[in-house]
Amino acid sequence: MIWPRKQVERTNGLGMRCNDCGEFILGKKLEKMLKVCPKCNYHFRLGARERISLLLKDGTFEECDSQMTSHDPLNFQGLELYRDKIVEEQKKTGLTEAVITGEGYLDNHPIVIAVTDSRFMMGSMGSVVGEKITRAAERAIEKRLPLLTISGSGGGARMQEGMLSLMQMAKTSSVIAKLNKEKLLFISILTDPTMGGVAASFASLGDIIIAEPRALIGFAGPRVIKETIHRELPQGFQRAEFLFKRGLIDMIVSRGELKKVLSELLDKF
Amino acid sequence: MSTNHLDFELPIIELEKKIEELRRFTSNSRMDLCREVEALEKKAERLKREIFTNLAPRQRVQLARHPQRPHTLDYINLIMDGFYELHGDRMFSDDRAIVGGLCKFNDETVLVIGHQKGSNIQENIERNFGMPHPEGYRKALRLMRLAEKFNFPVITLIDTPGAYPGIGAEERGQAEAIARNLMEMSTLKTSLISLVIGEGGSGGALGIGVADRTLMLENAIYSVISPEGCAAILWRDKRKAGEAADALCLTAQDIIKLRIIDEVVPEPLGGAHKNHEQVATLVAESLKRNLSELKSFSIKEIVRRRFEKHRHIGEFLELREEAISVRGTEDGDEK
Repeated sequence: MIWPRKQVERTNGLGMRCNDCGEFILGKKLEKMLKVCPKCNYHFRLGARERISLLLKDGTFEECDSQMTSHDPLNFQGLELYRDKIVEEQKKTGLTEAVITGEGYLDNHPIVIAVTDSRFMMGSMGSVVGEKITRAAERAIEKRLPLLTISGSGGGARMQEGMLSLMQMAKTSSVIAKLNKEKLLFISILTDPTMGGVAASFASLGDIIIAEPRALIGFAGPRVIKETIHRELPQGFQRAEFLFKRGLIDMIVSRGELKKVLSELLDKF
Repeated sequence: MSTNHLDFELPIIELEKKIEELRRFTSNSRMDLCREVEALEKKAERLKREIFTNLAPRQRVQLARHPQRPHTLDYINLIMDGFYELHGDRMFSDDRAIVGGLCKFNDETVLVIGHQKGSNIQENIERNFGMPHPEGYRKALRLMRLAEKFNFPVITLIDTPGAYPGIGAEERGQAEAIARNLMEMSTLKTSLISLVIGEGGSGGALGIGVADRTLMLENAIYSVISPEGCAAILWRDKRKAGEAADALCLTAQDIIKLRIIDEVVPEPLGGAHKNHEQVATLVAESLKRNLSELKSFSIKEIVRRRFEKHRHIGEFLELREEAISVRGTEDGDEK
């Protein structure tokens, strides 16, 4: 679990300001650019449904396990009750949990897809996210299809479910081992942010790992690191480009290119 | 033995001081106070039992982190024979926060790996407070592969605040190193036993903790996040760590109810730091029993059961046709 990093959506009726360069972008233009800043190539965060509609052929997506929800197994009491927090997040996002899974077609390739949504409790992984990812991998095995995951999770393992969340890391990593044994392809896409327990489990285990430009990716959150080492962090630390230089990811692909790149990769398997 | 007293131990310490004074007085005078001493000793014992059977989670956190608590190398020295430490990940360096090597345990060769904390500040600096870098996890995996090759059982001892949050650790892929261990350990073709001896800090603990049997010492903790980290996020105040410890369900007694661990290994009264030999004996007994139980299964069966065990961890609701069914660990029995 890492520090939450809020992304402020600076918006008015007409458009949005870029979080990075401050450029004002008209709503229509932003949609056309797939929520990428035309001036500085900043990739705004996307919801899970937006990501799916960006990649999959219209009308082909069939969602699975859409009715699975958390039920506060620890009876967790912070400043607010976890069970209240879940309902609140469901209302806010229109999602039942922090991941959407299902099947669909990317061009002419049938795939199993799982997308975490960083708006729902920072995209953190509790029992539901772990179970849905695991079932998605099992479905890929059953149907002999490639698995594609898109991670957007600043929260890592969800602390409100305690050890149950931590063990989802072991569970999802175990099922990826099974996928490998079955010789099925697993492509992992890392978006801003992919941290903590999600980065330290399935998201880092792709046969091919692709990141969006400038996405924050890492194990520990920058704030925790800064507090530990009492030193300023280097420019661009834990960004996709930083990871690429150090050989930790295969490629960085812009949002507009992603579908084409994935399709051409899938052609090779 | 211990010089670091914990706040909740104070009533016991005071009573013990009184007993000591009385004893000294008796030996220097002709008055016979033996009976009084005996009565006080009994009272101290009762008090200790009372305090230590009703520990709050936050008090267990203090015990789990006690600097005089036995650490990995203490257990190795006390219950294992002929230990040879093996060093390095063959890629970058040797991480001193994780030790590993071969030894004889119960007359068989065993590979033992554990986080290593220090007992004083100098040792802790040398051991990075038991917080590994990626090379520590990679060394652990290299050694586990060696164990697999020769079918040696693997015992891992967990005792870390967490994987190190630093620049070098991120540069060399801390997340990848842990993720890879989780995946590789899930299919490792030999038996794996993991024992939390002190602090089980999040992914940094689990990185050597995927096992056929997971055991915890009575006063050990295992948590998704440190109580301080949780308090800082949820309460926006690190001083609420006590509340966070209560909420996180991080004690052995709570975690066994979630069926995430298999056994709680008892500690001597007053905690493991009060008697290293005694706790080591209890640990040895438990390890031997679990090792011999695992021997009744084929390797294939062990790996299958390990997968099933982890596969069924999780608790959630599934709404189907308006019927609510609670699914999770309760139907996690092996098929």
